[in-house]
Amino acid sequence: MTTAPARAGTAIGMSRLTVRFSSRRSQTTALDDVSLDIEPGEFVTIVGPSGCGKSTLLKIVAGLVQPTSGEVSLLDRPVRGPQKEIGFVFQKAALLEWRGARANILLQAEMRGMDRAQAARRADELIEMTGLTGFEKALPHELSGGMQQRVALCRALLHSPPVLLMDEPFGALDALTREQMNAELHRIWRETGTTVVLVTHSIAEAVFLGTRVVVMSARPGRIIRTFPVELPAHRDYAQVMSDSRFDRLATDLRGLLGSAAANH
Amino acid sequence: MTENALDTAGRQADAAGAPAASAATSSTDGSSTVAAPPPGVGGRPPRPTLGRRALILADSLWRPALVLAAFFAAWWFVAAREYVPNYLVPTPGQVWATMTDQWSELARHTMVTLYETVLGFVLAAALGLAAAVAIAYSRTLDKALYPIVLFAQVIPKIAIAPLLVVWFGLGLTPKIILAVLIAFFPVVISGVAGLRSTDPELLDLAATMGAGPWRTFRKIRFPNALPHLMAGLKVAVTLAVVGAVVGEFVGASEGLGYVLLLANGNLDSALLFADLILMSAIGIVLFVLVEIAEALLIPWHASRRAGVPLTTS
Ligand SMILES: Nc1ncnc2c1ncn2[C@@H]1O[C@H](COP(=O)(O)OP(=O)(O)O)[C@@H](O)[C@H]1O
Ligand SMILES: [Mg+2]
Repeated sequence: MTTAPARAGTAIGMSRLTVRFSSRRSQTTALDDVSLDIEPGEFVTIVGPSGCGKSTLLKIVAGLVQPTSGEVSLLDRPVRGPQKEIGFVFQKAALLEWRGARANILLQAEMRGMDRAQAARRADELIEMTGLTGFEKALPHELSGGMQQRVALCRALLHSPPVLLMDEPFGALDALTREQMNAELHRIWRETGTTVVLVTHSIAEAVFLGTRVVVMSARPGRIIRTFPVELPAHRDYAQVMSDSRFDRLATDLRGLLGSAAANH
Repeated sequence: MTENALDTAGRQADAAGAPAASAATSSTDGSSTVAAPPPGVGGRPPRPTLGRRALILADSLWRPALVLAAFFAAWWFVAAREYVPNYLVPTPGQVWATMTDQWSELARHTMVTLYETVLGFVLAAALGLAAAVAIAYSRTLDKALYPIVLFAQVIPKIAIAPLLVVWFGLGLTPKIILAVLIAFFPVVISGVAGLRSTDPELLDLAATMGAGPWRTFRKIRFPNALPHLMAGLKVAVTLAVVGAVVGEFVGASEGLGYVLLLANGNLDSALLFADLILMSAIGIVLFVLVEIAEALLIPWHASRRAGVPLTTS
């Protein structure tokens, strides 16, 4: 398993980001003066009411959306245009329905023109690691939602990106599968040292996975507060759920999100 | 039956997932991996056997066969009893006799019309796809080309056929131009719809993969457009026959359209019917060929999953 080298400096730097979408009928301020620095190896989770600009924030980091004002940097380089040194996972798995699981994972390699043999080896590693063995040839419609999302995760990890951006990746899964995916993602993060930014609606997910939880307000999206998660880096799902520190943080978050949603 | 196979694969997957989840929650180090399903479980359902596929085909064919048989029986009954005089409606036997007697001549004319149709269809497919790509990729070309495409579609093609004969003579050219003009439109419309139906998240994903427009087209947008495009090509191929025959009506010395005019002038209804049957045969054969191409190109698409009969998708 290749490990992204720990880098000096910041993995992601956002300073005073503001985004306005204007259409003929209306003008929406999606993000308002958002600043956030993320260190290499951090796992930052973002929670906030829907429509507060969380997806937009990730897309700005990926270079898919231009901010109206403000600066973004990725790995200490300013972001101009789509970034290649990231892995992106969406809420929908967004798989190619004509390709089997393995071929979907290898799309990453084909699009980047990576070395074939090396990519194939890496794909096999990831398939084994995420428990997709036996389903390599299955088409997306033959896979359960959880397995589709695993394929999307493998695709995002194939090129061992130093930064992984995830937009509500487990939102459509049932609770049990979701817990299982959380445990897996936690392990992958520990083993690879990848910097992860994950947007979620689940407070439990945000606390279990994050080293930091960022809470955003309803539109226009601002960062209300950032909580450090005082749990060991190495976490077990059942233990964390019964930990009093988890309870306290979850209660705080719930209170904050409740008031944020009330303003909505 | 394939549905059931899928169902089973899904259930096995769930069964494999559940114990893994409980293992993850109970282990102290939290590093347990998901239990992998035993090899050979899940994956693609087995392909139906040959016998099974023949059965599926037979099942899809008996209804149209029955309707066709009833039609022939009614035709034969009406014609043989001369409820309608034979110079208007010949008996199936007379048509068959004409067909066999004049087979070599009819075959030659059929080949001419087939050639015009296929050439027209292939050109329409190529030009239509090129126009669809231009329209789907460029806002400017969209605004410039769409009105022209629409205009070319709404001109009554039959009305410009004589003009084409005046311009290009009695040879192949006017027939092929007509076939292209008629078959072009469904290809463009379906191609544009298909290319525009790409999930925007997939395009975002492609951008973060650092792929250029050509790779994105080849690996994502074009395969994604194929189901739409194939539907358009199926319409186009049947229209191409119409184009070729209309071209022959207006001025030709060979082809099934020319034979039809001759038969009509001579009140030779048996020849006329034989000619009509051959025209339809061209359309059906080409349509089935496109269907086969579709089955080979997009076996993954919902409309093509096993169990869907060949000609009703
Ligand atoms: N491309 C766009 N054009 C116009 N408005 C947009 C666009 N993308 C997002 N928005 C608006 O910006 C706001 C934030 O959207 P989003 O980032 O998707 O929120 P979240 O992911 O937190 O639910 C929403 O009000 C949404 O309607
Ligand atoms: Mg969102």
